[in-house]
Amino acid sequence: MTDNIKIPETKQAIPGLSINNNRGLLQWITTVDHKQIGIMYLVVAVIFFLVGGLFALLMRIQLAIPNNHFLSPETYNQLFTMHGTTMIFFVMMPAIFGFSVYFIPLMIGANEMAFPRLNAFSLWMTFFGGFVLYFSFAAGGAPDAGWFNYAPLNEKNYSSSPGIDYYCMGLFLAGIGSITTAINIIVTVLHYRIQGMSLTKLPLFVWMVFVNAFLILGALPSLNAALAMLLLDRQFDAHFFTAPGGGALLWQHLFWLFGHPEVYILILPAFGIYSEVFQVFSGKRIFGYSFVALSAVAIALLSFGVWMHHMFAVGSGTAVNSFFSASSMLIGIPTGIKIFNWLATMYGGNIRFTVSMMFAIAFLVEFTIGGLTGIAFSIVPLDWQLTDTYYVVAHIHYVFIGGSLFGIFSGLFYWFPKLTGRLLSEKAGKWFFWLFVIGFNGTFFIQHILGILGMPRRVYTYPDLPWYGFFNFISSASAMLMGIAFLLLLWMIHSARKHGTASGSDPWDGFTLEWMAASPPGNQNFDRLPVVHSRRPLWDLKHPDNADDE
Amino acid sequence: MENKTMIKLVIGTEGIFFLALIMAFVYMAFVSGYEPANLHALNIKLTAVFSCTLFASSGTFWMAEKNYNNSNRKGLLTWLCVTMLLGLIFLGGQAHEYIGLINKEITLSSSLFGTSFFTLTGFHGLHVLIGLIVFGILLVLILLGDFDRPGSSVIACAGMYWHFVDIVWLVVFTVVYVLPVIHVLK
Repeated sequence: MTDNIKIPETKQAIPGLSINNNRGLLQWITTVDHKQIGIMYLVVAVIFFLVGGLFALLMRIQLAIPNNHFLSPETYNQLFTMHGTTMIFFVMMPAIFGFSVYFIPLMIGANEMAFPRLNAFSLWMTFFGGFVLYFSFAAGGAPDAGWFNYAPLNEKNYSSSPGIDYYCMGLFLAGIGSITTAINIIVTVLHYRIQGMSLTKLPLFVWMVFVNAFLILGALPSLNAALAMLLLDRQFDAHFFTAPGGGALLWQHLFWLFGHPEVYILILPAFGIYSEVFQVFSGKRIFGYSFVALSAVAIALLSFGVWMHHMFAVGSGTAVNSFFSASSMLIGIPTGIKIFNWLATMYGGNIRFTVSMMFAIAFLVEFTIGGLTGIAFSIVPLDWQLTDTYYVVAHIHYVFIGGSLFGIFSGLFYWFPKLTGRLLSEKAGKWFFWLFVIGFNGTFFIQHILGILGMPRRVYTYPDLPWYGFFNFISSASAMLMGIAFLLLLWMIHSARKHGTASGSDPWDGFTLEWMAASPPGNQNFDRLPVVHSRRPLWDLKHPDNADDE
Repeated sequence: MENKTMIKLVIGTEGIFFLALIMAFVYMAFVSGYEPANLHALNIKLTAVFSCTLFASSGTFWMAEKNYNNSNRKGLLTWLCVTMLLGLIFLGGQAHEYIGLINKEITLSSSLFGTSFFTLTGFHGLHVLIGLIVFGILLVLILLGDFDRPGSSVIACAGMYWHFVDIVWLVVFTVVYVLPVIHVLK
């Protein structure tokens, strides 16, 4: 087989300090290595997850019983705003970018991202964006107008603390970081693939992240423009969102023109992770690669045409509402059919129920529930009834947690051996899985019912109406299970790093090139690689008699 | 190649950013009825002259790039300096216009028109300034001898960015200055 071994471009010595020397913190701060940057993204995500999760638990303590005064209304407003903003911009986004910049070069047979310095720049923009946002606590109060920060509530007259100024600046910085990462990802995928790996042979994770990067480039500028305008309003008395005759609506349009693509930005990379996990742990190729790949493109395009389904309640008229209702149902189709692709991938396979696979399977259930409640919202009269109730809260958590976060967990268990050279404990992992899944469903399923009963979201307490106290108490108690589960995960990571089982380079009998590199990979990912002939290069190498021929 | 792909993506995403600002301008200045007074405050003829210097600078940069590809360092330097000068004249024109408007008490906070006008043209001016800074860095690097031989994509990338900033101005000029004339005449 030596005749088809190719050596990728050698990696140049890293400016600054190189990997695998023990210079401690200084080395991490100065690094431009994609693997170290990937790990730092994940660490940033974990730190912010702890803080954002703590905010959520504080809110659940406040809501555990009726007429509670554990938190003041002012604090409660800041907490739910910071919880949403943190989880979306400083947990999900960094976690996705962490996996992306770590594994894209490894999966396409490259030694580095296209622009290593830009990669480091993106990380630090994200990090300092989060820092600026959190500095608001010290500067006189966190933002308190919700994560989507509606006008005119976000204006100086209604929110006089400087929190929203920090919201603007922090998200603007992080937004620039996201855009530069997206550019880096696209250029890397276009120019750094190993010989033979055409765009149609990309591993699905890489493909999803690649498509996603275009989505980021299309969506983030709307948010950045809106944030710039809001900052001008607040600092220089401009009138964008205070304008009579609909200035407040301009914010909603710009925000959701970003915001709806954003939810797909958070789910597409997770779809990529699930696609890898289902294949490897079923021991089969993906069922309908082309459909899965193309549906990502369809979702990306459609996602720019559905934003007004967040705005049915503003009264845009029947024609507009009908259009966005139809387009929102339409986008459910490519998403929904993919569920069947993954089921068919599992069908007849030799399934291994690892923790990674269990999260992927749980995703199929939870995301279907989240998807169905989403379709419910595309029906305008139902939306009018349920908007701004706990039904919305339940829906977004089913898609964000059951969709995106489960993907991140699944990816963490799948790739942890590559990141560290050690396996996470499967036994403790199953405890983590069940605690988290039961806690998650206990917390949020019941909120569908609370929403239908009419409980409004974002109100710091509630009167003792029939069932309200009981359901909220269950929800709060279950939320604690998620908190305990996450602490267990942190302990597992710690103990696996200290004395976990050594994994070797390919613990799962994987299909894609990252499993050819050492665990963890050295400074240079690869010395030698096969020419790629199919979508499963490593499978071909292991099974030359039964290679995929495509 | 990588650099060119990158700059194309930057242009794409920046284009959407300007689209959002232009939409905001249209929303603010046109939807509730255009105020003819705003048009009289703007000096469209003078701005047209300054716009021409910006459009011309795209041509001069094209000349600079051509000289670079022919290994003509002196030509590259000359045309780059001309480009920077034209860019600076444009920014000077914008500053002049701003001062005039502020003297007429049209500011960021005075009206919806002021808000959206200064934001849109200000962000464009910022991009011109960024281009000039890039050119300044290039100038130093050329003097240090980094661009004595053709083959680097850096000049071409800076050029693409500069042409993009020009095209944005073409759209902004049309929307902010020309369309209201048609609107008011009608």
